[in-house]
Amino acid sequence: MADLVISVRNLTREYLMGSEVVYALRGASLDIRRNEYLAVMGPSGSGKSTLMNLIGCLDTPTSGEYWLSGQEVSRMGDDALARVRNREIGFVFQTFNLLPRATALHNVELPLVYSGVNSKERHQRAMDALDRVGLGDRVGHRPNELSGGQRQRVAIARALVNRPALLLADEPTGNLDSSTSDELMQVFHQLHDEGQTIIMVTHEPSIAAHAHRVVVLKDGRVESDRLNQGKAA
Amino acid sequence: MPMFEAIRMALRSIWTQKLKSVFSLIGVLIGVMFLIAVVSVVQGMNAYMEDQVANRLIGVNTFQLRQRPSFSTGNITREEWLSWRRRPRVTYADAEYVEERLEHPVLTAKYCMDRVDIGYHGKVAKDIDLIGTEAEYFRIRNYDVASGRVFTAQELRAAAPVLVIGDLLAERLFEGQDPLGKTVTVGGLPYRIIGIVQKQGTMFGISLDKFAIMPFTAHGRRLICPINVLDELIVKSADVSTMMASLQQTEALMRGRRGLKPQEANNFHLQTAEEALAGWNKISGFLMTFLPVIVVISLVVGGMVIMNIMLMSVAERTREIGIRKALGARRRDILMQFIVESATLSTVGAMAGILLGFGLAFAFEALTPMPAAVAPWSIGVGVTLGIVVGMAAGVYPAHRASKLDPIEALRAD
Ligand SMILES: Nc1ncnc2c1ncn2[C@@H]1O[C@H](COP(=O)(O)OP(=O)(O)OP(=O)(O)O)[C@@H](O)[C@H]1O
Ligand SMILES: [Mg+2]
Repeated sequence: MADLVISVRNLTREYLMGSEVVYALRGASLDIRRNEYLAVMGPSGSGKSTLMNLIGCLDTPTSGEYWLSGQEVSRMGDDALARVRNREIGFVFQTFNLLPRATALHNVELPLVYSGVNSKERHQRAMDALDRVGLGDRVGHRPNELSGGQRQRVAIARALVNRPALLLADEPTGNLDSSTSDELMQVFHQLHDEGQTIIMVTHEPSIAAHAHRVVVLKDGRVESDRLNQGKAA
Repeated sequence: MPMFEAIRMALRSIWTQKLKSVFSLIGVLIGVMFLIAVVSVVQGMNAYMEDQVANRLIGVNTFQLRQRPSFSTGNITREEWLSWRRRPRVTYADAEYVEERLEHPVLTAKYCMDRVDIGYHGKVAKDIDLIGTEAEYFRIRNYDVASGRVFTAQELRAAAPVLVIGDLLAERLFEGQDPLGKTVTVGGLPYRIIGIVQKQGTMFGISLDKFAIMPFTAHGRRLICPINVLDELIVKSADVSTMMASLQQTEALMRGRRGLKPQEANNFHLQTAEEALAGWNKISGFLMTFLPVIVVISLVVGGMVIMNIMLMSVAERTREIGIRKALGARRRDILMQFIVESATLSTVGAMAGILLGFGLAFAFEALTPMPAAVAPWSIGVGVTLGIVVGMAAGVYPAHRASKLDPIEALRAD
């Protein structure tokens, strides 16, 4: 299929804890097309974050194949993975993971620093990205001068600034109250409408309800994979 | 990531951790400060010693035929000193013998000196250098006469009781009055002042104007030298090669005159400006030998301090490293970030050391009569050492940072 963004085949990830082997992922397979909006659910410890980290190239699988935009990521070296993280993937974390001493603008500029964009263009693109998430008037603020929802929007601006193929969000609303979560979902909606492919992990059915497709993991395997009624693409 | 980006990032990070940064660069600061201060002082002193001390005490292209050295060069044994004292003294006849036979054109002056008191109308100037010499002495020392004149050959032959005085004596005894033509008493005898030498200033805080010069034939000579005896014959040449030739010729003439056998050592001394510098050369040689030791020790200690601070910094900023990696920083980006940060930190220390070193050198200049001169090369060396020490100190911490696993780093705190 031409518009396949992600193809995951029998992906496993094992951790060695002393002499004991922990099977975090036991062979997950998944295909995701361009502009899909996918929610990953499942009980705690089912392997959701492990899968997201592998898709996000922050981690490498024990076995299995992972293809991203036609490239086999599971065989890539360190520098190539860094490049994929920089260009193809925008990651949004539950704990925001902003640099505490840097302004919103500087935080958003960071991915561009590592892709070698000059400072003028960097500034322009970071401003645009902050505008897109409605924070054009907060560019000079540091994370501790922003609310939780605003911080998460800075993180989204940062994730999008390099126009990645994939937006990944691991429990993006986990640290937000429900009205702020709703606002964030509005942002995701808008991004999806503009053509962004989104994968988000969540525990809350009300959040998952925003997605068009829901994948449920259990014990490191895909237990169910279905389209959301009424949201079908 | 471009270099300048990395330096900007480093400066930002150093600025946000001001206190820690200040502590960490103290070692490098001290090392470079010593380097700059000592080099500046030694450099300044070298120039000062060469063109001031040596040349004012002895003179350019000048040597002195003496009984023994007048500058203590340090390690002389008591026997050596006693043997110097047993040597025959230089006589008028020796001086004339040499003067008549020197082949190259030279200026010569017989010279005797001792400290005396000089009186005028109840006032007494104590410890004045009374010099008995010839008119050539003024040309050898480059003494310009501010008013009046020097004594003539006629006055020298007639042993005329006349004096050309230094500026200090003029001030002490006459306080604004014109000393010319006044009569002072030297050893109970009247001397008429015929000239005043231009003010010479000070050296090491000591006045160079505390003298009175008379014809060496004048009666006052019994106050400063035994009859027919000289302290030295001064010989000045136009250039170094003439000086060296005249010096060798003088040595041969004196050896011949005194009937010294080839195996016998000289029983006279030929003194040059080099000797006035010998003591200083020892001190500066010592300083320049131990300076690198001090600098290297402070830089090694400074480098280790920076390395430890950088290791702490890497540990504290594990999460930052994780974030940067998640956003696409490669290993070499992280490696460069921390090495550049370490080098920048160290260079800031080196620059502070350069400023403080100059401060010390200028303080030395202000608080002592001695000068200091900034050696431009020492600035370059200081900055280079700062960069190199910082880079070396940063390698290991930066390597640790670059190896961090992104997920584990993101979980830190
Ligand atoms: N670094 C690790 N070392 C050892 N075991 C790990 C490690 N990371 C994850 N695991 C284990 O792998 C399993 C899956 O973890 P994962 O974080 O993917 O779960 P999750 O579905 O995200 O859970 P939650 O909903 O609580 O976030 C868990 O049993 C966990 O203990
Ligand atoms: Mg998780």
